[in-house]
Amino acid sequence: MSALQSNLLELHTPNGREEAWRFTPLKRLAGMHDGSAKAVELDSLQPVAELPQGVTFTSVEAEALSHTDDIIINRIRAFTGNVRQLKIAKDREIDQPIILSRTIIQQATVEFARVQIILEPHSRATVVLQNEGDFNLGEDLEIHVGVGAKLTLISLQEWGPTSVHAGHHHAIVERDATFNSLVVTVGGSVVRLLPTVEFAGPGASTELLGVYFATAGQYFEHRMFVDHLVPHAKSRVNYKGALAGQDAHTVWIGDVFIRAAAEGTDTYELNRNLLLSDGARADSVPNLEIETGEIVGAGHASTTGRFDDEQLFYLMSRGINESDARRLVVRGFFNEIVSQIGIEEIQDRLMARIDDELSKAAN
Amino acid sequence: MSTLEIRGLKVSVTTEGGDVEILKGVDLTIKSGETHAIMGPNGSGKSTLAYSIAGHPKYTITGGTVTLDGADVLEMTVDERARAGLFLAMQYPVEVPGVSVSNFLRTAATALRGEAPKLREWVGEVKSAMEALKMDASFASRNVNEGFSGGEKKRHEIMQLELLRPKIAILDETDSGLDVDALRVVSEGVNRAKEANGIGVLLITHYTRILRYIQPDFVHVFANGKIVEEGGPELAEKLEANGYAEYVGA
Ligand SMILES: Nc1ncnc2c1ncn2[C@@H]1O[C@H](COP(=O)(O)OP(=O)(O)O)[C@@H](O)[C@H]1O
Ligand SMILES: [Mg+2]
Repeated sequence: MSALQSNLLELHTPNGREEAWRFTPLKRLAGMHDGSAKAVELDSLQPVAELPQGVTFTSVEAEALSHTDDIIINRIRAFTGNVRQLKIAKDREIDQPIILSRTIIQQATVEFARVQIILEPHSRATVVLQNEGDFNLGEDLEIHVGVGAKLTLISLQEWGPTSVHAGHHHAIVERDATFNSLVVTVGGSVVRLLPTVEFAGPGASTELLGVYFATAGQYFEHRMFVDHLVPHAKSRVNYKGALAGQDAHTVWIGDVFIRAAAEGTDTYELNRNLLLSDGARADSVPNLEIETGEIVGAGHASTTGRFDDEQLFYLMSRGINESDARRLVVRGFFNEIVSQIGIEEIQDRLMARIDDELSKAAN
Repeated sequence: MSTLEIRGLKVSVTTEGGDVEILKGVDLTIKSGETHAIMGPNGSGKSTLAYSIAGHPKYTITGGTVTLDGADVLEMTVDERARAGLFLAMQYPVEVPGVSVSNFLRTAATALRGEAPKLREWVGEVKSAMEALKMDASFASRNVNEGFSGGEKKRHEIMQLELLRPKIAILDETDSGLDVDALRVVSEGVNRAKEANGIGVLLITHYTRILRYIQPDFVHVFANGKIVEEGGPELAEKLEANGYAEYVGA
């Protein structure tokens, strides 16, 4: 049993000393971890437009696709009867992004939600999950990408300032299938997301991208686990974060496990953090555990740096004032990832949000 | 008509071993339309002079004055200096990841002109500046200085000189790292900018070859943090023949 896996495995109510919980402010989790949460089933997630042919979104009684020892996810599964299931039919190629948004806003309770996204073999789709407003959410999202299928998942946390969100996004990626995800966290009081990928067949690949921007008092944790169980799978992880303001705290954990059977694995993970002020803290922990030498490549890098004064000087020496110059540099920092969303309206909205967060932090 | 006046400028940098004085009293006056060449060996303080005028935070002014048409430059922030009409083409231009050249140029032009240039005219302006400097159209969508070759970086600096229309421009070793063709293209850019806007130019260089393309009115020899000799273009010929040996060392 890998030491890495145990990062996620805690069956009892966590006390904060466990590896998987050592950074998380448990007191601010709205009781999701210890069972004291006032949980409700809301089905708040709804498509924003009519679904195209070949796509269904229904409430079903379904077993979980995966096993987890994460305590919050297990509480959600015990509590919640039905699963909201988004299904893309076999061979369907959906060009328009399928956008689902959380519509109900209810602050006193915690929604426990189970959602499954199923791509049948050789289908292709882009799914956007939008979270806005002040809301508490425990989210069990399971993804199954069938043989030769391709899913691009855009997960947007544009929460208001008081939201608490604990989520697990677990993807099972079959032979020759592709799972690309892009996670954005720019709002909320506490956001703890566990994007995990399990390769189920050779030729599978995943790209996990993410951006986060935490300002004063916000806690954002992104804890990924990529499990190379099979040969010839490829994974790429690239998360970029910025922090500004007193007690802004971000945590990035990148666990990659290359099992003995996973010959021909190709993996690289990267996390970069930009500290825009004093009093903020970025934890960044890449972990690579390798049980076979027969791999194509495995690497990781993690950097946490302050704002580059040379860049600021260069821009200002062209007449650009300091706050505009900072905005350009921060936008530029995030642009590498945000520009890959490929949906202009969302990209513009996120860049505007990043500008807002930056000016909030400056005041 | 503009005048940049440098009087008794002393500058230090902070190093691990304490503060070190680099500029030891520099006097220089540059007027619109004039071209001054500053020539000197490596490490003599030429870039320090350029950065200090532009306001780089690493350099501490310990004495002297710098004024532009009477206004105290040393009191201004970096961006204020640029808006007052100063421009520095850097020896080592800085990469700004994720910021495209076109976005950068338009933001700078907006800041310097006080309003956003009209889009259609601006696109034309940028296009002709790029063509004149023999730059590929794809250049505009690349990130500022990221992955640029040495020559591309220098062309990009001179393109800014043409588009941003300063009163006084300091060109810090714009010629270094350029092959003969690139040197000619870049020099022509400087000459165009001089002609179009009557810019006063402070041309910092290690070698004389750029002076064949950009005629200096005055040549200043720089050594050990100050100007040690001044003259006309003929001084450059002498340096070409004799090097800097007589100005450095004992
Ligand atoms: N930021 C700095 N920190 C420490 N030393 C510096 C710094 N900038 C310049 N120097 C020192 O000052 C001297 C002059 O440097 P510079 O102005 O770059 O010379 P030049 O441009 O003439 O080659 C050199 O000895 C250099 O090492
Ligand atoms: Mg120099």
